[in-house]
Amino acid sequence: MQKSLDETLNERRVISVIVMNESSVLSRITALFAGRGYNIESLTVAPIPNSDMSHVTIATNGSTRVIEQITKQLHKLIPVYKVIEHEEMIEKEMVLAKFPIGESLADISVLASAYNGGIANVGKDMIIVMVTDEPKRIKHFIEAAQRYNPCEIVRGGVVAIER
Amino acid sequence: MGQMSGAQMVCEAIVAEGVKTVFGYPGGAIMHVYDEIYKQDGFEHILNRHEQASVHAADGYARATGDVGVAMVTSGPGFTNAVTGLATAYMDSIPLVVISGQVPSSLIGTDGFQEIDAVGISRPCTKHNFLVRSLEELPRVLKEAFYIARSGRPGPVLVDIPKDITVDIGEFEYPSSVDIPTYIPTYKGNAKQIEKAVEAMKLAKKPLLYIGGGVVLSNASELVRELANKTQIPAVETLMARGVLGAKNPLLLGMLGMHGNYASNMAMSETDLVISLGARFDDRVTGKLSEFAKYADIIHVDIDAANIGKLVDVDYPIVGDITEVVEAMLPQLDGIDTDRFEAWRKILKRYDELHPQSYVDSDEVIKPQWAIERIGQLVGEDAIITSDVGQHQMWAAQHYPFDRPRQWINSGGLGTMGFGFPAALGAKMAFPEKTVINVTGDGSILMNMQELVTAAEYKIPVINMILNNHFLGMVRQWQTFFYEKRYAETDLSFQPNWKALAESCGGIGYDVTTKEEFDAAIKDAIKQDKVCFMNVIVNRFEDVLPMVPSGGALFNMMLPETTKKEGEA
Repeated sequence: MQKSLDETLNERRVISVIVMNESSVLSRITALFAGRGYNIESLTVAPIPNSDMSHVTIATNGSTRVIEQITKQLHKLIPVYKVIEHEEMIEKEMVLAKFPIGESLADISVLASAYNGGIANVGKDMIIVMVTDEPKRIKHFIEAAQRYNPCEIVRGGVVAIER
Repeated sequence: MGQMSGAQMVCEAIVAEGVKTVFGYPGGAIMHVYDEIYKQDGFEHILNRHEQASVHAADGYARATGDVGVAMVTSGPGFTNAVTGLATAYMDSIPLVVISGQVPSSLIGTDGFQEIDAVGISRPCTKHNFLVRSLEELPRVLKEAFYIARSGRPGPVLVDIPKDITVDIGEFEYPSSVDIPTYIPTYKGNAKQIEKAVEAMKLAKKPLLYIGGGVVLSNASELVRELANKTQIPAVETLMARGVLGAKNPLLLGMLGMHGNYASNMAMSETDLVISLGARFDDRVTGKLSEFAKYADIIHVDIDAANIGKLVDVDYPIVGDITEVVEAMLPQLDGIDTDRFEAWRKILKRYDELHPQSYVDSDEVIKPQWAIERIGQLVGEDAIITSDVGQHQMWAAQHYPFDRPRQWINSGGLGTMGFGFPAALGAKMAFPEKTVINVTGDGSILMNMQELVTAAEYKIPVINMILNNHFLGMVRQWQTFFYEKRYAETDLSFQPNWKALAESCGGIGYDVTTKEEFDAAIKDAIKQDKVCFMNVIVNRFEDVLPMVPSGGALFNMMLPETTKKEGEA
């Protein structure tokens, strides 16, 4: 008989959306989030191999009621085949970071390997590393990388798969 | 069926879907389709005088019949004018297919003349939309558009067709079925959940049927009447459900919500089991959510899962079509103890006696509520009543004796002023033998008054009953109550000569200031084959009561004067 769920509880959720791979499907999803005032923390999309579907991964947050609405409203979109609200998942995010060549190559290499990554490219002026890890650990990596004066950091957004 | 142009395919699809009347307005990008309309005789086309009216007319047609309404507009401004119509239909889940022309494919994205991103603009106000990419997909898209519009929770679908595709010639075969693997509506409710809900109904002490527009959309009124009758559970209707149970049904308490009657709102406040059938707990119905049905468990039957748990927590969620769910419930309710609810029915009856839906009549001036009751007496069950939005709409919903579903056509969700007149045209096209009255106000009617010309040209004799208080009445009422009588931009004292206006467009005008004139005018108007404006001068400062102030609890109603004296509140 409790009339409202706890609206203040803000939880982070990763939702996978399997959609028909057709034009404007992504705008339908983002417009839904914008129009109904839901948050998008990160969004990735790529075609599913050997099918006419795409896999959209959305990291979002909101109260229990909001998360439930997000799932249901996504499901209502005509080209949406399936919505998976991840519970037990493996979640990864990729990040690319660029450092000046003057920084210690060895230190940066060790740092990158500590976060499941390594050096992707070494050029005349820059070192580029690639790291793939859980979003929380990616945050730590970015913090740790600061001492090597990164010129640019590009995060890739979350992908997840149910365990 | 052989080779034909895209424009011809559009016409063939409309005929194949059994549509008899299309409302629209031509223009550059849709001209090829109109050229085909000129050549065919499979359906009639009505030329409205504004695209918004075309969509509302198709909407009125759909609401009156239950079939898919079709409107056709050109690109750019033709489409943007149609947006209000789409949004109106979307909010009330009305099945429409709107076909819009688009600039040729090669010009899309170049800011061409009369180019606008129609699918982009209409995304939040359609159930689905299509930009046709090739002639090959056109037949499938048209088929899917009609299917999506009418299936599941119905809604408007836009098909945007670039001009070159209407010119191209290709093979046409209209698909006999659709296959959309990502869209499979749920019709059958979960058997276990239904069983549990039925158990709850049997165990409740103060159950209440909360009937919404979904019952009308599902054509389930007969079944819901049977459910009420079998269980003897009292019922309230939303604005969209007026007519489902019928005004004469002793179990019907009335309409609930902001302008609901006392018994209905008290019933919702005191019930211990809400049985929600096709209603969506709109804020105009619930008032303050934390006080809404505070002591009740909730059974929520809705075809749209997203409606369930959106605003209130639900104890018995049932996703499914009302028809199928109620059909499954009925046999399980055999032998239900109807005496169990006798005490509850008596309490509610007492509430209704304390504060009945009432108003103080006058001999000096026509009261708007009297006007509504009077047309109820004169045309009653036979007429179709459409309305615009405002005080007149609420008075009509409160006082007209609606007896059957689809008799009451109004814009509930979006609240679109200007809806009533074109919707009346659509309803009258669907049921030419029925009297169709648009109950409107001196504000709303001007928002689509150009339809006088349409109605006169096609001899569509709808009656526009203008309850004229020389005010934007509902806003004026709020200003009286909540803005210390500062009547900002609501005084409509400057008015057209209504009679002359109607006559100049080929219609009839009546100026009505007395009850005798009212009777004479309505009786004359019904016999005419011309559209009319009935300018009924009513009490300027009449309020719609009861009223639950916005955001207030349902049981905190402002009640009409007379009943306050006798009552306890």
